Amino acid sequence: MTELTIIAAISIFTAGFTIAIGSIGPALGEGRAAAAAIAAMAQQPDAAPTLSRTLFVSMAMIESTAIYCFVVAMILIFANPFWDALQTASVVGG
Amino acid sequence: MQLTPDDIIVLRLWGLELNATIVNTWIVMALLVGISMIITRNLRPDVPPNRWRTALEVIVSAIQTQIEEISRNSARHVMYFAGTLFLFIALSNLLLVIPGFSPPTASLSTTAALAISVLVAVPLFGIASGGVGRYLKGYIEPSVVMLPFNIISEISRGISLAIRLYGNVMSGAVIAAILLSIAPFFFPVVMNILGLLTGMIQAYIFAILATVYISSATAESEPSALSKEPSVSQKEPSASQQKPSEFSQNTSSNKERKS
Repeated sequence: MTELTIIAAISIFTAGFTIAIGSIGPALGEGRAAAAAIAAMAQQPDAAPTLSRTLFVSMAMIESTAIYCFVVAMILIFANPFWDALQTASVVGG
Repeated sequence: MQLTPDDIIVLRLWGLELNATIVNTWIVMALLVGISMIITRNLRPDVPPNRWRTALEVIVSAIQTQIEEISRNSARHVMYFAGTLFLFIALSNLLLVIPGFSPPTASLSTTAALAISVLVAVPLFGIASGGVGRYLKGYIEPSVVMLPFNIISEISRGISLAIRLYGNVMSGAVIAAILLSIAPFFFPVVMNILGLLTGMIQAYIFAILATVYISSATAESEPSALSKEPSVSQKEPSASQQKPSEFSQNTSSNKERKS
């Protein structure tokens, strides 16, 4: 295996793990938040607009960690800095 | 595959590169300004409102009611700022259905610029409502020990605003592009519809978060305006101004109650 192959394999593997592990927590958290908000809305239908707005904002907060993981995975696959550095080095060197 | 429209060079003039992000931002700005100028051209009391003007009024009054529910004081100036943010992000996210148009919010440069403008606007609104001393006192609010943490939370707030919007819009574009190579015709259309929904929600969230940040900087400095309100409506702004730390506290206290 050349260095490029090792980097590609590890990057793809890590990208899969990043998005897989990184989406577990936010998914559980969003489920809990939605369940709590729906229970609150069922108890107090008058407060539904306030609750849904707060739910949206908190969902965005919770979801942002999953989005960070997604961005990291995308960088690993499509814009890997180590891959680019090694490719330019091999072009310059060889 | 393009991760960002920054890489697409539209025009090259005298060594200066004009990328698709700037051009698409100009297109969105021209659409916003042009449409609203054409609609409000005959804005006189004797001219009866036509359907376009009514549509514009519906949009503006919807934004106004949403913002007035969150921030009670100086809602008008906050509305100019957050409403503009909402309209810009919403229009650029809506235009992703046009083939060949990559929304400018899919570039980290645009979202970082928007987040920086929010970061600059928060102290400006805070100082304008309560003065420099009162705003700076907010940084050492519980005690002086909290000063670095307050500064860090201010910075991380801006970073999370930028990355959240960028990640959401970019993920929609990337997933559509990947599906286009696997299963063309049907699934990319479904994902684009989902992208429209996500784009509108993200525009809403960006504007709401900007309003919440601004009103949390201004509301502390004007306790008299809040104390004038009846006690029932006092609960509403405090409930909507909850910060993420308070959310986690609430959920943890819920857990304790359940167990």
